[in-house]
Amino acid sequence: MGIFSESDYLAILLSMKVAVVATILSLPFGFAVAYVMTYRKFRGRVALDVVVNLPLTLPPVVIGYLLLLLLGKNGWIGMWVLEPLGIKVIFTWKAAVIATAVVGFPLMVRSIRTGMEAIDEKLIQASRTLGARWFDTVVTVILPLSFRGIIAGSILMFARGLGEFGATIILAGNIPGVTQTIPLAIYEYVSSPSGDTVAVALCVVSVTISVAVLIFHEWLGRRIVRVD
Amino acid sequence: MELRVAAQKKLGTFSLKMDFTIVGDRIGIFGPSGCGKSTLMGLIAGLHHPDRGLITIDGQPVFDSGERVNIPAEHRRIGMVFQRPHLFPHLSVKGNLLYGYRRCPPDQRKITLENLVDVLQIGDLLQRSVRNLSGGEQQRVAIGRAVLANPRMLVMDEPLSALDDSLKFQIIPFLKRSCEAFAIPYLFISHSLTEMRIMTDQVLIVNEGSDAGQMTAEGLARDAMGKSPDPYTNLLQLRKLRNYDGLFAYRWGDNELLISGDGQQDALYELSSTDIILFKRHPEATSARNLLQCRVGEMFAAGNRIGIVLLCGGEKLVAVIVKEAAQDLEIRNGMEVFAAIKATAFRHLG
Repeated sequence: MGIFSESDYLAILLSMKVAVVATILSLPFGFAVAYVMTYRKFRGRVALDVVVNLPLTLPPVVIGYLLLLLLGKNGWIGMWVLEPLGIKVIFTWKAAVIATAVVGFPLMVRSIRTGMEAIDEKLIQASRTLGARWFDTVVTVILPLSFRGIIAGSILMFARGLGEFGATIILAGNIPGVTQTIPLAIYEYVSSPSGDTVAVALCVVSVTISVAVLIFHEWLGRRIVRVD
Repeated sequence: MELRVAAQKKLGTFSLKMDFTIVGDRIGIFGPSGCGKSTLMGLIAGLHHPDRGLITIDGQPVFDSGERVNIPAEHRRIGMVFQRPHLFPHLSVKGNLLYGYRRCPPDQRKITLENLVDVLQIGDLLQRSVRNLSGGEQQRVAIGRAVLANPRMLVMDEPLSALDDSLKFQIIPFLKRSCEAFAIPYLFISHSLTEMRIMTDQVLIVNEGSDAGQMTAEGLARDAMGKSPDPYTNLLQLRKLRNYDGLFAYRWGDNELLISGDGQQDALYELSSTDIILFKRHPEATSARNLLQCRVGEMFAAGNRIGIVLLCGGEKLVAVIVKEAAQDLEIRNGMEVFAAIKATAFRHLG
């Protein structure tokens, strides 16, 4: 495909990289939050539910801006954590990962939670009466039995990450070869008078990746059902 | 085993208030559905906590709100067999069986997989997925999983109620055999009188969230007979001797019984107390194929009827007759009577 420039190829690779890293980094947190919301009863559970699901209802641009306020030079995390450690996040690919992770996180938690809620409580009781402590039960019963939800949540988040635009452009900017992902590149080509061809080509790449991910999801789902 | 429970628990509008001590290795918890039996079991196993109170097993507290003792379920060593098998679907049969065994401290492992496989006859199932097992096989594996965890006590929460009658009586011998072979005391919950009589000796009666007394399983059956129109059911463990002209001859004590059944070798049969006809003297001829010479061992009131305990060739049988019949027969303790039972009156249980 000679139609693409080097920065276009980098945008395609960066999109994949950001979606993969955001998904992998979110997985343990997503699992932990889903576990707490499914199995623990505590005050503030509703508040946690609202906070986790907030990115679903907020415009991504708002999320990006709030993250910018938080992680920027004058933000709490930016000033007190990132600056002293010498970590630069804003306008780097890491910012794109954070934006993607925050936006996709509720989708991942919801899927894992659905998987956990489907686990028969008696199985958990059985494991406890058989001598398993809570962490043992989590690892040997809850984790394997919510595998389907974990896979579904990961794929949903990955797919959502591929299409992330609003929060990323605010937090990471649109720097070709550095923070520019496929949606940002398409946005740039559409804004220029002669960019339609490349924009359409990038759309085709985007659709191809999405279809591949959905086919993989379907294949994995069938495989799990067969194993079941 | 001595179990002491003096605890309270409120669950919404339902309130559980227990205060009892019960001793035995085959203890039954009997009561109607929704009376709090399963909640009580959950408190004993540590799956739920009482609001306040005390629970001790053999004098050792597993929960004591006064002393702030609350041993978690995973450290109580109380195995549970639930109403349904609840096997781990992602593990093989062997993986399920060894789940508790691997978590049992090595110095407390007395029962091994090899012993258990023999008792439960599940050797050929070990490598299979639990999803490919029949209902009876699944329940056998569930029993094995709880037993192999080497518990100090087993709690069986209506383990037979989800099985149909024929399967139920196939599972009972495995339940009994595994607890007897490995000397594990147990609590057996059920609302079935028959299951109570087969599985337990001493029974705690639970009603509307409270303990309502204790009695033997036999006493429970006689008590129930007096309170309901349902007859007392005799349970007979029989061994087949031979085929006999379309019927089957079974050994029962010193007597032989002719039964029209499916002719299994070792079988448990039930016989309703109302299906036994008593004669004061030997009837010259009768259509009933079984005529047993018995002695009246005991008589007890059962509502407006009278229960007669018959001693026949080293075994006991309970017949129920109305008061007028007792007067006609001039029944008294120690007298000799003849009991006639039709071959078709016996019902095979398993």
